Amino acid sequence: MERLRRTMMFVPGANPAMLRDAVLYGADSVMFDLEDAVSLKEKDTARVLVYSALKTFDYSSVETVVRVNALDAGGDQDIEAMVLGGINVIRLPKTETAQDIVDVDAVITKVEKKYGIPVGTTNMMAAIESAEGVLNARDIAKASPRMIGIALGAEDYVTSQKTRRYPDGAELSFARNYILHSARAAGIAAIDTVYSDVDNEEGLRHETELIKQLGFDGKSVINPRQIPVINGIYAPTAKEVQKAQEVMAGIREAEAKGSGVIAVNGQMVDKPIVERAERVLALAKATNMEVD
Amino acid sequence: MTTNQTVTVGTMESSDIMITLKPNASGIKIDLESNVKKQFGAHITALITEVLQKLDIQNIAVEAVDKGALDCTIKARTIAAAYRLQGKTDYDWEALNSWND
Repeated sequence: MERLRRTMMFVPGANPAMLRDAVLYGADSVMFDLEDAVSLKEKDTARVLVYSALKTFDYSSVETVVRVNALDAGGDQDIEAMVLGGINVIRLPKTETAQDIVDVDAVITKVEKKYGIPVGTTNMMAAIESAEGVLNARDIAKASPRMIGIALGAEDYVTSQKTRRYPDGAELSFARNYILHSARAAGIAAIDTVYSDVDNEEGLRHETELIKQLGFDGKSVINPRQIPVINGIYAPTAKEVQKAQEVMAGIREAEAKGSGVIAVNGQMVDKPIVERAERVLALAKATNMEVD
Repeated sequence: MTTNQTVTVGTMESSDIMITLKPNASGIKIDLESNVKKQFGAHITALITEVLQKLDIQNIAVEAVDKGALDCTIKARTIAAAYRLQGKTDYDWEALNSWND
């Protein structure tokens, strides 16, 4: 079953208390930030702090992601420390081309080989934050077998587009849809940008409903308060869960009988319907709903 | 290694520890301020000493202001301070990682 990524929480790499508590808030993924959240003169201390946290805390209930610096700004050291620490995913910011991913992949491979870690253990994802990056999203998504997702970083993107963020999100429509299509064509996750106005829960709800409707796996979050709101919107209704359970029961019955196409409650059930049902049940379980 | 420099790493935020390293005439001398000093003072001092010794730092005075840091934070802050003191920016991750074996 594919991993859920409804919420990916930014955790500043220089903050020991947040590194300790990151796992407590119910995010599907936690993303330790060594890039923009860390001042230039604290890059060295944040790197060793996150490494030490990875070696100490039990993050097994969440996916661990780290946003590293560019390779020419200490990214190679970030990668060595994080791969050694056992990070699940290296996230490259400001990705513009497939070559950016290939270059980071090569550094990860070198580190994995150096320390006897099976090559391919460490996954990658890319944040896309410019017009160039959006237009290259298809190639970026397929640039490495390590890739598990691509994410939109909207603040830099809207600035590069000579606009700003608006409540209806029209300015992000092309980028969101193109990134989503690129991710789906590559069979990886699509993660939406952060909602920066932490006090505006209604705005967050509206935006999350929109990106859920489009098909995004989830959103990046900057404050733990946003997690239950987003996870709640991704929770299926009791009716959806019931329907999904009926579909799965129908499939099991058909398999037992050795029959192919089946109908449940008069509706033909084929592969896409089964896949949707599986996702509904996974979301239901993640929301602690009762599932048979 | 001995030095004439002074370096400070860490913050006064809760769960952190601020470590200042200064030259000392002889040996490692640690001055610890912590509101859990009664229970954990000896442990924190021993941990800082252990890290400094592993990184070959001698003749150093340590001022540590602890705000309830866990061992992993104390270790990380001391390592970073020691590297800064030595003016090294490239960490020997292989050596640091072997401490966990």
